[in-house]
Amino acid sequence: MAPVETTARRASAGVLRRRWITAGLTLLLLAIVILVDRTSLGDGPLGILFGIGVLRFTLRAAVPLIFGALSGILCERSGIINIGIEGMMLAGAFGAFAVKSHTGQLPLPLSLALSTLSACAMGSAMGYLHALLSIRFRMNQIISGTAIIVLATGLSTYLFDPDWLSRGKFSDIAIPVLARIPVIGEVLFTNGLLTYLALAMAIALHFLLFRSRWGLRTRAIGEHPRAADTMGVNVNRWRYINTTIGGAVAALGGAFLVLEAVGQFKESMTAGRGFISLAAMIFGNWSPLGALGASTLFGYTQALQNQLLLSGITRVPRFFISMLPYVTTIVVLASVVGRTRAPAAEGEVYETE
Amino acid sequence: MTDIVLEARHITKAFPGVVANDDVSLSLHRGEILALLGENGAGKSTLMNVVYGLYRADQGEILIEGEPVQLSSPRDAIRLGIGMVHQHFQLVQPMTVTENILLGSEITLGRTPFLDFEAGRQRVRELSVRYGLSVNPDDVIEHIPVGVQQRVEILKALYRQARILILDEPTAVLTPQEIQDLFRVMRELARGGHSIIFITHKLREVLEVAHRIVAMRQGRVVGESLPESSTQATLAEMMVGRKVILQVPKGPAHADQVVLEVRDLSMSATRGGVALKDVSLEVHAGEILGVAGVQGNGQTELVEAITGLRHVQSGAISMNGSNVTAWSPRQRSSMGMAYIPEDRHRFGMVGSYSVAENLVLNTYHLEPYSRRGVRDDAAIRDHAEQLVQAFDIRTPTVDTAAGSLSGGNQQKLVVARELGREVSLLVASQPTRGVDVGSIEFIHRQIVAQRDRGIAVLLVSAELDEILTLSDRIAVLYEGEIIATVEASQATREQLGLLMAGVRAPLNA
Repeated sequence: MAPVETTARRASAGVLRRRWITAGLTLLLLAIVILVDRTSLGDGPLGILFGIGVLRFTLRAAVPLIFGALSGILCERSGIINIGIEGMMLAGAFGAFAVKSHTGQLPLPLSLALSTLSACAMGSAMGYLHALLSIRFRMNQIISGTAIIVLATGLSTYLFDPDWLSRGKFSDIAIPVLARIPVIGEVLFTNGLLTYLALAMAIALHFLLFRSRWGLRTRAIGEHPRAADTMGVNVNRWRYINTTIGGAVAALGGAFLVLEAVGQFKESMTAGRGFISLAAMIFGNWSPLGALGASTLFGYTQALQNQLLLSGITRVPRFFISMLPYVTTIVVLASVVGRTRAPAAEGEVYETE
Repeated sequence: MTDIVLEARHITKAFPGVVANDDVSLSLHRGEILALLGENGAGKSTLMNVVYGLYRADQGEILIEGEPVQLSSPRDAIRLGIGMVHQHFQLVQPMTVTENILLGSEITLGRTPFLDFEAGRQRVRELSVRYGLSVNPDDVIEHIPVGVQQRVEILKALYRQARILILDEPTAVLTPQEIQDLFRVMRELARGGHSIIFITHKLREVLEVAHRIVAMRQGRVVGESLPESSTQATLAEMMVGRKVILQVPKGPAHADQVVLEVRDLSMSATRGGVALKDVSLEVHAGEILGVAGVQGNGQTELVEAITGLRHVQSGAISMNGSNVTAWSPRQRSSMGMAYIPEDRHRFGMVGSYSVAENLVLNTYHLEPYSRRGVRDDAAIRDHAEQLVQAFDIRTPTVDTAAGSLSGGNQQKLVVARELGREVSLLVASQPTRGVDVGSIEFIHRQIVAQRDRGIAVLLVSAELDEILTLSDRIAVLYEGEIIATVEASQATREQLGLLMAGVRAPLNA
């Protein structure tokens, strides 16, 4: 037994060290940000890199990615590959906009609530369809996910009426006390409801996945469905549930774009965010908090791109600056290959006989 | 009798193309260890999967404590007190022992959906102590040895208060000492009123631990006997249906010059594998060197290094005096290396190709099978007809898909391809795994015949009996190192068992 225990202890020591490094880096970053904000350091290029503006934008850009990545985790932890996040997000955006633009006569909070629900309904429908195709009809999950994207793009383009108008968005709510913390208050605690929801959901999902009965079963059916089945866990039932919820979560990302960020719907307005979410999920090693961190990193590259373009840097052609988020995604993904670990049974149809 | 806890009556279960269970009836008494004996494909596992609710029987019924029951999923079986330890462990690798044991019947904090890990750990410790199954509740499955993983499997069943335990080929992955340990636990459980069905094809174990023996063949129950009135020979006959020779006759070896020499071979572990550390060995013409060891101690890595499927980090491999370390598998094969891989489906043949095509997988690019890059079907079929005759491969035609043959005949096909030409070295890895007794006998005879013709044989096997029957010298592989090499004539089962467990006792001191 002795050698066994040492391996286990060594593994947990690795985890512990990683946590210390993460905590250290976070503190360092915080110190820089406060310095930049409070001193004259912020006037130069450091202001572009670490100013309040870029940080606020980072979070805004990260929110749809967080929802998307959490959607991916819900599905993939239970063994269903979800390449269709992009489609689910787009369906959500369209669903939110369609209801929003037809409930203009209702009070704004009610209209927003109905629109958010509509987004979730559209997303769940897409998620359920994906589950149905993958489980019941044993379709290749990559193909099924692609079909979801094509379907959502086609439907939203076909049904979209450019005359529809939406007025009003989720506005920023400053959380009492917390919002008054310098820098952090302004970045983290002065946001719209859907932003708070994204952050809360990432933390809650992490806790649920690793601490609850549902989480234990979800992880088991994504790793070794037969083991779960022989212990009386209904594999396909949980896969249906998780994938359907996953669709709704991705749709919240779309709802955020329409109801909190932009205020309007555009054709294909998700613009690849679903795919970047997938990258964030992988980079975060299929854990919700990891995905939160990865989404923030990708959000930061988008914010930086934005700031660089705004600050009028002309020496580099702006097309190269616009590439920044996508190039980062590729580089980051290429660098983590072999270091992350996907659920073992991902993409496999589970059949008893 | 009132103490029958489980009864299967007239169970029939057919799969497309085969009747796996044909009117099978069986009963199990309280506190009994019942051995279910049969070869691969005899229908033992199918029957147990029916009892465990994984398969639904086409006909027949199951009674628990005299009551007919409906078993439509493992949930039902668990509820009725049936636990099963599958041949391939049903454990979630990245999870802890506790998580695996709790899965499906979790302990939560009150009525919340959150897990009570402390209570779970406590429960695992309790069971572990009560049944003498030592585990550490917080270990992650993929970091613990298979023997411990098996204890976790048994604990899973006991945690669910199983009174009936089905153990499907539980000894295949264990060292002889671990097997003794398992038998001790089984006897203790039986004394405590648990009933155990022990599925196996190993005759020695049946005689050692079973209270009663039922044999199956081709989906039917073909006999029943008691260990007191049985011998290995009578059991083998009951299982196979005819007299079998368990020990292939074999004269003394006439070892000649060195054919294969491995010097200080090292390579680091790939994911899920084992590192090799300074492995050195020699195989002479006309001898069989057996490599013994529990599965997963570097056998696959060693064999793949020798055959050229893996790159080595340091060390040298020589064959007939030439250094072949950097050679490709094909170069080694044309130099006269024959290879019987451990997994014939993945590495030994192409199931969808015909028998004839499979027989030229190593020579198709040579004359007369292909001329100027175009293959000659007539020559390929002629060659196949000859080998099918010589190696007694039972196939309708040489154009039949190899995948549709029985396991034994598939393995004979691989043997025929590898030995049907002039070779000087045979590397055989688990050559009889999953093969029927008749074919085992044939393959063993072939291996001994090759040795007597002056071929050097490296035999890697996890079956200690196979190693002891065939080898002239035995090397023991443990965690990627050869920790001892002994003369087969002086080796004992106990001594080898200790070596396989990594105990480096002074041997012939």
